[in-house]
Amino acid sequence: MRYLTRMTAASLWLVCAVGMAAIPDDPLESPQWDSMVAKHLGEDAEIVFDDRVRVLSAGYAEDAMETPVMVEAPDLPDVESVVVFADLNPITKILEYYPERAAPTLSFRFKIQQATPVRAAMRTADGVWHVGGMWIEAAGGGCTAPSVAAGSPIWESRLGEISGKAWARGPERERLRFRVVHPMDTGLAAGIPVFHITDVTLATPAGETLARLKPFEPVSENPVISVDLRYRGPVALSGRDNNGNRFAATLPAPAAP
Amino acid sequence: MTRWLWLIAALTSPLAAAANPYDLTPQRVAENTYVFVGALEHFSYDNLGNIVNTGFIVTDEGVVVIDTGPSRLYGEAMRVAIAGVTDQPVVQVYITHHHPDHYLGNQAFADVDVGALAGTIKQIRDIGGDLTTNMYNLVGGAMRGTESLPPTQEVTGGSRVTFGRHELELIGMQGHTGADLAILDHRTGVLFAGDLAFLNRTPTTPNADVATWVEGLHTLGQREFETLVPGHGPVRDDAEAIAQTQAYLSWLWRNLNAAARHGLDMPEIMMQELPYRWRGLAVITPEFRRSVSHLYPDIEAGVLEPVESP
Repeated sequence: MRYLTRMTAASLWLVCAVGMAAIPDDPLESPQWDSMVAKHLGEDAEIVFDDRVRVLSAGYAEDAMETPVMVEAPDLPDVESVVVFADLNPITKILEYYPERAAPTLSFRFKIQQATPVRAAMRTADGVWHVGGMWIEAAGGGCTAPSVAAGSPIWESRLGEISGKAWARGPERERLRFRVVHPMDTGLAAGIPVFHITDVTLATPAGETLARLKPFEPVSENPVISVDLRYRGPVALSGRDNNGNRFAATLPAPAAP
Repeated sequence: MTRWLWLIAALTSPLAAAANPYDLTPQRVAENTYVFVGALEHFSYDNLGNIVNTGFIVTDEGVVVIDTGPSRLYGEAMRVAIAGVTDQPVVQVYITHHHPDHYLGNQAFADVDVGALAGTIKQIRDIGGDLTTNMYNLVGGAMRGTESLPPTQEVTGGSRVTFGRHELELIGMQGHTGADLAILDHRTGVLFAGDLAFLNRTPTTPNADVATWVEGLHTLGQREFETLVPGHGPVRDDAEAIAQTQAYLSWLWRNLNAAARHGLDMPEIMMQELPYRWRGLAVITPEFRRSVSHLYPDIEAGVLEPVESP
């Protein structure tokens, strides 16, 4: 009887699987993989695990408030959008990145609550999501701890302050690094409402978009971001947060190498 | 039947539950001077957090203990081992700095004065609870019964204290943390350097001010001593621990500053192949990566230039 039930269940699963893209088995064996697909990539998404999509990290979080991660796929052409998420964080989506005139390379820091897979899903022009990732270990507590700014009055006068610098990386290439002063409150610490940057756009002074970034709550306080642009010159940075504050600055062109 | 009773007694006896897991053997490093040498590893369940050097000096006026180790049980094992060397009572403890592997054995020394620099006492009062929680996560059961007990006696850098025929100079420094105590025994020439000096084990930087630390090591290296007890690593009769720590920290600082000037972000630095000369240091890869986390945010902030809004 038990055997029969199992057979039936297996057949049903097969029937259901017909007509939708199969979700590939998760090499990281996360309990949340299927729900991550549904939530961030879509039930019908075509997904492949791809070694060309790399997540670089120390593999454990020395500072749960600022866990550094780099995602990159130098050998994967035509990447149109990037989603980075952490399966076991209370807020799973870390950011979205649209590298219009940029490489699919991005460095950032995020708040980690416990050991979790961290993944980059990169959608190429053919609509396929290419996924890479790794487990990051953590003692935890990064997401539910208040920001440093939440306990200090100073940030209000500096909110949206931008610093940054560009480095030439070959003809029509530059590495851009920038930092925006912002508490990036997750809303998970008692009594502190959610307050985070929602959009950052990098553009040429003439207004051509180079890349767009949509940070979510887990991105660390006073975010420091590094990107690689297929462009060399001054960059107009503009952005806003979920309270409607806007910020903007023009970062000077890199010095000749 | 008797056997069963014995088994039940063994399982229910508090003695069985309290069996001390630490096996501490004192290493004699000079006249009247002993060190418990810890493993060149990270904290783990397997090593019970015994990754640190602690020591003691036997004098005619009692035993002076330097650092009490990572847990209550470690401190208790120290006392048993000390009693195996001398009948003299423990009369004084000094804590070199606030890191948990150096002071969480304090509960075993609650009957004597536990001295430390003011900055060390403040740090332990402020964050000792968090440090202890973290140690439970990293070390597990060997931490049982351990609580953070702040030192009871404030000592001043530069002062000298005499126990029997041992005159101890308390040297106040900073750099590894905001308050680092080194102790020089003028009778034996043994310098207990605390974590100002590491040997063959990568220095740690969670609370470091690297420039101050390197400068302090230069000063410490000019002192006359016969034997150096580093906070981590083997005891030697030369200044190699100071030279090695200084060289590593100088390289680390130059490397991270160069990375910032070249526009690298933290994961790229963490993944760098490390120079051959440092690959022999214990736990170099994880410790180097931890140092990037500790030190790089401030270094890069000096490179990213403020930009005026239009």
